[in-house]
Amino acid sequence: MGIFTEAQAKDVLTKVVAMSKADECTAQLTGQIQGNVRFALNNVSTAGLTDDTDLQVQVAYGKRVGIATINQFDDASLERVVRRAEELAKLAPENPEFMPAVDKQVYKTSPTFSEATAAITPVYRAKVAATSITACKAQNLIAAGFLEDGQSFVAFANSKGNFGYQRSTVLDYTCTVRTEDGRGSGWVGTDTQDATRFKVEDDIQIAMRKASASSEARALEPGKYTVILEPMAAAGLIGFMFNFFGAREADEGRSFLSKAGGGNKIGQQVFGPQVNFYTDPWDPVAPSLPWDEEGVPRKRMDLVKDGKVVALDYSRYWAQKQGKAPVGQMGNILMTGGTKSTAELVRSTQRGVLVTRTWYIRMVDPQTVLLTGLTRDGTFYIENGQIKYPIKNFRFNESPVIMLNNVEELGKPVRVPPDEVSMNIMVPPMKLRDFTFTSLSDAV
Amino acid sequence: MGVGGIILPSMFGKVIAAEELNSAIDVAVKKALADAAMNAAKSAGASYCDVRVGRYLRQFVITRERNVENVVNTESSGVGIRVLADGAWGFAATNAMTTDAVAKAAQQAVAIAKANAPTQTAPVQLAPVKGVGEVSWRTPIAKNSMTVPIKDKVDLLMGVNAAAMDAGADFISSILFLVNEQKYFASTDGSYIDQDVHRIWAPMEVTAVDKKTGKFRVRDGLSAPMGLGFEYLDGRAADKTVGPNGIISYGMSYDMKEDAIAATKQAREKLTAKSVKPGKYDLVLDPNHLGLTIHETVGHPLELDRVLGYEANYAGTSFATMDKLKANFQYGSDKVNIVADKTQPGSLGAVAYDDEGVKTKKWDLIRNGKLVGYQATRDQAHIEGKSESDGCSYADSWSNVQFQRMANISLEPGKEKMSVADMIGNVEDGIYILGRGSFSIDQQRYNAQFGGTLFYEIKNGKITQPLEDVAYQIRTPEFWAACSAICDSSDYRMFGSFFDGKGQPSQVSAVSHGSSTTRFDGINVINTARSLG
Repeated sequence: MGIFTEAQAKDVLTKVVAMSKADECTAQLTGQIQGNVRFALNNVSTAGLTDDTDLQVQVAYGKRVGIATINQFDDASLERVVRRAEELAKLAPENPEFMPAVDKQVYKTSPTFSEATAAITPVYRAKVAATSITACKAQNLIAAGFLEDGQSFVAFANSKGNFGYQRSTVLDYTCTVRTEDGRGSGWVGTDTQDATRFKVEDDIQIAMRKASASSEARALEPGKYTVILEPMAAAGLIGFMFNFFGAREADEGRSFLSKAGGGNKIGQQVFGPQVNFYTDPWDPVAPSLPWDEEGVPRKRMDLVKDGKVVALDYSRYWAQKQGKAPVGQMGNILMTGGTKSTAELVRSTQRGVLVTRTWYIRMVDPQTVLLTGLTRDGTFYIENGQIKYPIKNFRFNESPVIMLNNVEELGKPVRVPPDEVSMNIMVPPMKLRDFTFTSLSDAV
Repeated sequence: MGVGGIILPSMFGKVIAAEELNSAIDVAVKKALADAAMNAAKSAGASYCDVRVGRYLRQFVITRERNVENVVNTESSGVGIRVLADGAWGFAATNAMTTDAVAKAAQQAVAIAKANAPTQTAPVQLAPVKGVGEVSWRTPIAKNSMTVPIKDKVDLLMGVNAAAMDAGADFISSILFLVNEQKYFASTDGSYIDQDVHRIWAPMEVTAVDKKTGKFRVRDGLSAPMGLGFEYLDGRAADKTVGPNGIISYGMSYDMKEDAIAATKQAREKLTAKSVKPGKYDLVLDPNHLGLTIHETVGHPLELDRVLGYEANYAGTSFATMDKLKANFQYGSDKVNIVADKTQPGSLGAVAYDDEGVKTKKWDLIRNGKLVGYQATRDQAHIEGKSESDGCSYADSWSNVQFQRMANISLEPGKEKMSVADMIGNVEDGIYILGRGSFSIDQQRYNAQFGGTLFYEIKNGKITQPLEDVAYQIRTPEFWAACSAICDSSDYRMFGSFFDGKGQPSQVSAVSHGSSTTRFDGINVINTARSLG
């Protein structure tokens, strides 16, 4: 079944909403076709294709809500799913935080769809794997990677006349290249909605260079270092932090954005003055859907301006309780920066550590967003503006809040594969003072 | 997106009505779908085909303070077809459960395998499995969670939350996760295996806030996810263990309300507990904490796909390389005996057959401190020089391909009689740690850091006071070499991981880890307190 056109989706949803006798009804259709190929040890290991479509119906009697779904779309099945949701709603306890369906909205389509990505075939995927493997074999390197692509749609309608429909695509490629003796490892990743932006021939060379250059790593004492975090390395910590940008938790006193004595830190200088974050569903490189989880339209919105927190995520319920106008919750995280590449940041560094990627990041203390994790797939010592030699991986214990108060310079932002956050994210490479490494790792 | 303000755990499938949780797809229908897929695959050129007809049911009851936030029933049904053609794997899945649709998916799977075969340098080799015909198995549960009325579940959680709020909690969230996997496996080896798998988890967290200082602390519940029915929440007295400092731990059943009241008191204590002085300490680790350390430092590094490099791009490889197995590498002290077991009653990983139709078993990974085994699937067994799979293949959905997943991995109890009090009585300068906390480990499983839920200072054989800001950093072989004592079997309990992630596309699995309280000497403890200014 996979993908419905807008007209097909509207036809089904209109019928469903009209069938409901509840106080209100919201129906949503989602569908996706996803393909993938996985390779390791210079061989394809698995490859697959998945096709799925669902209809979800939510009805409410007062503050009692019932939800049911089905994946058949004949009239009898549609009638059945509506009645089932209504029965559940009548049995459900009242939810004091229930919010009625959103009123009719106007959604401005965002650029989440690419015909080129939707047209990807098993042969294309096999070729990506083969290109990665062939290049590595030629230099006695070992490739392990994954390509996943997909097209999807979401459509919804409610009894207040609201309707939304949008198609999306995604291509996500990652590859880890290791030396045959297991002493060197490099990595590359691309995440985009538009397959024409993906050049596997170029990407694989990055991972191969890192693998070869990271062999013969020397041990450096753990401690505080000036670091250059490549975008993927920085995104791991920053993405994690944005999981805790909720207004409610801050207002309730259980967030790093809570203020001593009560309230939240909106308006306060939480980060260094070079730090700016915003969200924008229409960003051409890292867009998001133009509505949030509750159907509220998203807009371009500053989150952090010159280091001051200017907006937090409000659910409709919490916005109402706090007397705020409902605004769509963030769908992507975009950090501003400068124009320099990682290599240019290295050239201006006297002594420091270059980190390709961070890994296995976990919260140690939510009070300070202290995170722990490790460097991986290419960590290098920098001296007098040059990469001098590869170094062994470190474990870090660092808070992104502290880290973003120690910014020396930011480079040009790029989109990186989502890892610690489920949103699209753009982050620059960054040079930071006093980054805290607490132990060495023997892992390559 | 979950429209209308209710956030749904959509990753788990579509939402259905409660009454549908009691039903199952007729076995004859599943067999007909499987046969249609296998016939189509063979006609298209497959040398092997397996079919998984799955119906995955989940129920979530999500509450906070005095509100029910959500009651969700999800179902995900469909058919996943894996084939071998020209020596390569191909996989396709569809939620359209008709013979025509599954035949088409089988043909797609063969086409995918053939597209990838030219780059395959070594054809897939499968360890033999003898077909078992038509068989069935069910998790041995006393009370099917899916048939317990929603109202009873809501009342239970509301009672738990009220007890915490009345005891002075600032916030509490409590959840029931209930899982029923109705899995039908068929293969061209001649097996038709119908399994009905049940799991339960009842996590909660209590938060205490000091508004004046802005400090807050969270105390997680001390339950473990289990391969049990609703009887797990009976809170039987026989399943409780009272520690030397009065902390109650739970075994095969859980008293959620009792734990919520204790959590409220302990969350408040954490606000003013002494901040740990960094240094070397002897650690006494409760099973509900140690399970995660076993998971990360033994379970994952001894997965053969990681050892070989198949997970290099995601979860990583392993320090426990094949040469170490051949040399019976000294993984830990001679007190350390660790087994893999897919049959352990009450465990999350217990099934009769894995997702390749292999009969499950129990086997040694570490014996007397020496490395003696890995966890392998059918296409890996020959690499280890074995003629049979270990039976640890799993897929979290009909829509994902099955691959090697961790079995239940457990530390055997000590052979000599020893209680937790006996163990603590012998510690001069140590820390007693209970419950799960933060966890992080490198991509070859050497360097790890673990936190916990509750920490207590031990001085001269006695527990003196609670501690905070504790995390320990270890190097795996040195940590297990420092294992100096293990309590006896009367203290044995299971920890569980409900959503263990691995693979690309990422899949979750549920796995248990049993142990008794265990002592590790001279472990490096760091202080995790920081200031944001």
